Amino acid sequence: MPSLIDLRRRIGSVKNTQQITKAMKMVSAAKLRRAQQAVVHARPYSRLLNDMIGSVLAHGDGTEPAISHPLLERRETRSIQLLVLAGEKGLCGSFNSSVFKAATRFLEERPERDVHLALLGRKAVEFFGRRDTKVSGTWEQVFAHVEYATAQTIAQESVAHFRAGEADEVWVLFNLFRTVLKQEITLERLLPVLPAERGGPDANVGYDYEEPPERLLGALLPKRVETQLYVAMLESAAAEHAARMTAMDSATRNAGEVLEKLTLHLNRVRQASITTEIIEIVSGATALE
Amino acid sequence: MPENTIRIEIAVPDRQVLDAEALSVQLPLTTGYLGVLPGHAPMLGAVGTGELTYCDPGGVERHLALDGGAVEILPDRVRILASRAERDEDIDLDRARKALERADHRLQLGSLEIDVDRAQKALARARARIAAAHTASS
Repeated sequence: MPSLIDLRRRIGSVKNTQQITKAMKMVSAAKLRRAQQAVVHARPYSRLLNDMIGSVLAHGDGTEPAISHPLLERRETRSIQLLVLAGEKGLCGSFNSSVFKAATRFLEERPERDVHLALLGRKAVEFFGRRDTKVSGTWEQVFAHVEYATAQTIAQESVAHFRAGEADEVWVLFNLFRTVLKQEITLERLLPVLPAERGGPDANVGYDYEEPPERLLGALLPKRVETQLYVAMLESAAAEHAARMTAMDSATRNAGEVLEKLTLHLNRVRQASITTEIIEIVSGATALE
Repeated sequence: MPENTIRIEIAVPDRQVLDAEALSVQLPLTTGYLGVLPGHAPMLGAVGTGELTYCDPGGVERHLALDGGAVEILPDRVRILASRAERDEDIDLDRARKALERADHRLQLGSLEIDVDRAQKALARARARIAAAHTASS
């Protein structure tokens, strides 16, 4: 049976832990709000970009051949680059492990293909660094502040791989922020670019081109890859904060339960020792009579 | 929406810079400046580095510094995708002037070590910022 001092010490340490988890939860909540805002702010640009690419591609009215571009070209898939987006830190539930599981599955499903990984986030680098998977690039410390310039650098490297024929396809794997309680593992193709269909009334107006459409498309497509990666990074960052917030919330609640149990136990032990003492005194007194 | 105005939307990768109604728009394309009035024919083009001017429904001229991107013009809308866009009130004139000097200096030195293309782009960006900020304040 643990002594009173031991129990008090345990209670103290559980209380400390609870304070830390509570603080972490609060910090994550604040960061989550900012991350969500960043996701919303990035929407107009990517929507506009998709619309424009859709318009340029719809340009061919049947009489002339549709526009082609190297970044749209589908090749026989021999090698694939997979961008894996994970976190910089742990303590966020299954956020990291579910991405790794999905990435491992991706590799297992394509044993005959040459898949190499580009890893974003320290946790991903740690996880795959210990395994014998081919890694073509690692980026750490990119999620604390998701910058467009970072996404641009990474995307440009992937585009270069694609153009050089070192990767016939480029995919990105990340946690999509659905709700605070739900993150969804999402796999998207970056290259070759999958053009989104443009809907709406102005989908097929005949545009004048101030710039040759091929050239315009050549300027827009790399931006599309960059933006898609940027949005994925923002989503992943938001999902990480949400996951950490949920994990820390349940840890705080758990600590509360442990505290309750320990306090109950402490009181029992204390009362038991008092009872024993009284019995000893009383029996001592009776023996004297 | 009134017939005689055109909507301008300008977005950079991490946010929307502008979403406003205008009587007229003047924007820098790679091939030169283009004036747009409501009812313009649909057009797609590449945006260069320079100053965008638009006239708001109150008749006040407003300015922005733009850098690189694409534009889609529809009869009732001008939509611009830019790498960079700054409103005149957000431009740090001193910084832009210093950048201009630096770029100018680098180009004049003309040593082989400098990246002429980069310096020229920096020069154009600084000029655009100064132009946007200057016309606004005068």
